[in-house]
Amino acid sequence: MSTPTTVKQAGERESALMAPPTTFGDYSRNYWGKIRGGDMGALPAVLGIVVLSALFALKSPVFLSTRNFANLFTQGASTVVIAMGLIFVLLLGEIDLAAGYTSGVAAATLAVLLREPNPKPLIVALAACVGVGAAIGLLQGMLVAKVGIPSFVVTLAGFLAWQGVVLAIIGEGGNVVITSNAINAIEGKNMSPLAGWVMLIVSVGIYGAITISRVFRRRRANLATEPVSIAVFRLAVITVIGAVSVYELNKQRALGGGTSLRGVPWVVPMIGVLLVIGSYTLNQTTYGRHIYATGGNTEAARRAGIRVDRIRISVFVICSVFAALGGVIAASYLSSVDPQAGGGNTLLFAVGAAVIGGTSLFGGRGKMRDAVLGGAVIAIIANGMGLLGWSAAVQFIATGLVLLVAAGVDAISRKTAAASGRA
Amino acid sequence: MAEVPTLEARGINKSFGPVSVLKDVDFEVWPGKVTALVGDNGAGKSTLIKSIAGIYPPDSGEVRFEGHPVTIHTPRDAAALGIEVVYQDLALCDNLDIVQNMFLGRERRTRFTLDEDGMEKAARETLATLNVTTVKSIRQKVASLSGGQRQSVAIAKAVMWNSKLVILDEPTAALGVAQTRNVLDLVRRLADNGLAVVLISHNLVDVFEVADRIAVLYLGRMGATVDAASVDSATVVELITTGRSEKVPSPEVQRVTGAPA
Repeated sequence: MSTPTTVKQAGERESALMAPPTTFGDYSRNYWGKIRGGDMGALPAVLGIVVLSALFALKSPVFLSTRNFANLFTQGASTVVIAMGLIFVLLLGEIDLAAGYTSGVAAATLAVLLREPNPKPLIVALAACVGVGAAIGLLQGMLVAKVGIPSFVVTLAGFLAWQGVVLAIIGEGGNVVITSNAINAIEGKNMSPLAGWVMLIVSVGIYGAITISRVFRRRRANLATEPVSIAVFRLAVITVIGAVSVYELNKQRALGGGTSLRGVPWVVPMIGVLLVIGSYTLNQTTYGRHIYATGGNTEAARRAGIRVDRIRISVFVICSVFAALGGVIAASYLSSVDPQAGGGNTLLFAVGAAVIGGTSLFGGRGKMRDAVLGGAVIAIIANGMGLLGWSAAVQFIATGLVLLVAAGVDAISRKTAAASGRA
Repeated sequence: MAEVPTLEARGINKSFGPVSVLKDVDFEVWPGKVTALVGDNGAGKSTLIKSIAGIYPPDSGEVRFEGHPVTIHTPRDAAALGIEVVYQDLALCDNLDIVQNMFLGRERRTRFTLDEDGMEKAARETLATLNVTTVKSIRQKVASLSGGQRQSVAIAKAVMWNSKLVILDEPTAALGVAQTRNVLDLVRRLADNGLAVVLISHNLVDVFEVADRIAVLYLGRMGATVDAASVDSATVVELITTGRSEKVPSPEVQRVTGAPA
């Protein structure tokens, strides 16, 4: 690898460092090279979405119905949000097994504070809920970073302990009903059709303006950049997917009767906002850069003057805060919180979503969008198997296998990467 | 030669518990010169470097930087003075690209975002000045670089910051012939650009190729500091293995005459 490059040194100099804009051909070759090198990006998740959708659509006529399409969003929402938080922890090569029950504790706190007959103001309840999440994250993060207990053990202990706390808050066999309209609206109410279109146009417009202007800015500065055609193509794909989704969701999906049920569920823009905030933090702040660095090579990060302990603690806080928000969404979905809140498949699905989306369990690689893509895969699997009437036994086994396959793809791509020198 | 050494360490002592690793070590580094630091395994090379870099502050001794007494307690102190260390195990993050690695811990920002374009240009300029031109794109992940390219990036990272003293810990240890050639050329260019360079190496061929001065540590003591042009390889081997050689004056003699070898 080294010898030819050294020989070419003189001739390559201009092209190498002066980096003219790459062509469409270069770009696709580069992308193909990355995939072969084990860096598959969003490809497995996107393939998963397409293949699974096709499979379930063939087997069940209900799967592609407008009503079920909307269900996918509301069913998958809390998983996606918890997975977003987990990605921060996974980027350091750590794990938070307690994220599920953290969401449960936060949701239980919210529910109890909002309980009739004398509910606290919504803002107070939400602040307490997020605060509880942050406190749990801080505690677990300190135990990992300062005391040095492996995160697997700390959060496994949390997994048990927080489960007990949920039980203690709610009471055995209890069930706190959420009566707050605002909380229930997150999963239960929809944007007006017009608002849905406005949201789509505004977000696609902003995204397009940023990506296209970036291409031209870098081109002016004589920096390597993706070809305009690629940027436009990506924008077009996103626009079409968004438009079809909004169009479908704006169709009437009430089961009859006088009530109307149409529009984009409110949880969708919420996830959109979290996605933007999370991506901005990871990609455009020094803090985010330091998370990747710490996950990639902790010692190098330390020598670069990064306070890796603080980074480690902070990602656990972020993870637990996202888990708390996921708990709010789950509470909204069920309009109640019971002692099993955050239990069952919650954590498994969230980790699965992150890993299927392309986040590595070994640290250093992952993006916010992984939670959304992987969450979509998980939601489709859970939803589709439900529609096909598969037994709980089969569903558990299938979900476990999917997680294993995702982790396997991660491990193998890592190996391939090491072999091809891309780690 | 400039009048004051960039770095002057006098009487450095360092123990780890009962083990005394450095005993009264004197060490000087001059601007525009490559000073090779050689010695057998366990002679204290790494410890001396880590003392200077603020990783293990010395137990006693005096350090002057450009003639002024300084205390270096942390790597940040060292960096603030303009001391950069390129460690043997390459302090690079595989999952970040070249630009991100070069600016790690010192990222440039615009008001709301990281100044990626600015950092990319600056990194490109630094690499071009150092003639590091074999990389395909400076946006490729460090994981995809060859050993020599990685070493070059690590060195370029160290010299980006108006550093005055660059310490290289075994920069050619894991490299092939052609890559070693490139890295040694790069080391020479650093000194020719006026930086003070310390090169730790086991490979005397490399040392004689680029070093102006050779400092030999022997069992925690500075055995000798000699002008590279005035000795041959056999003499240096003798110094490394026995701590003395009839062909060079002992360090005490040098100190009395005040000659920087």
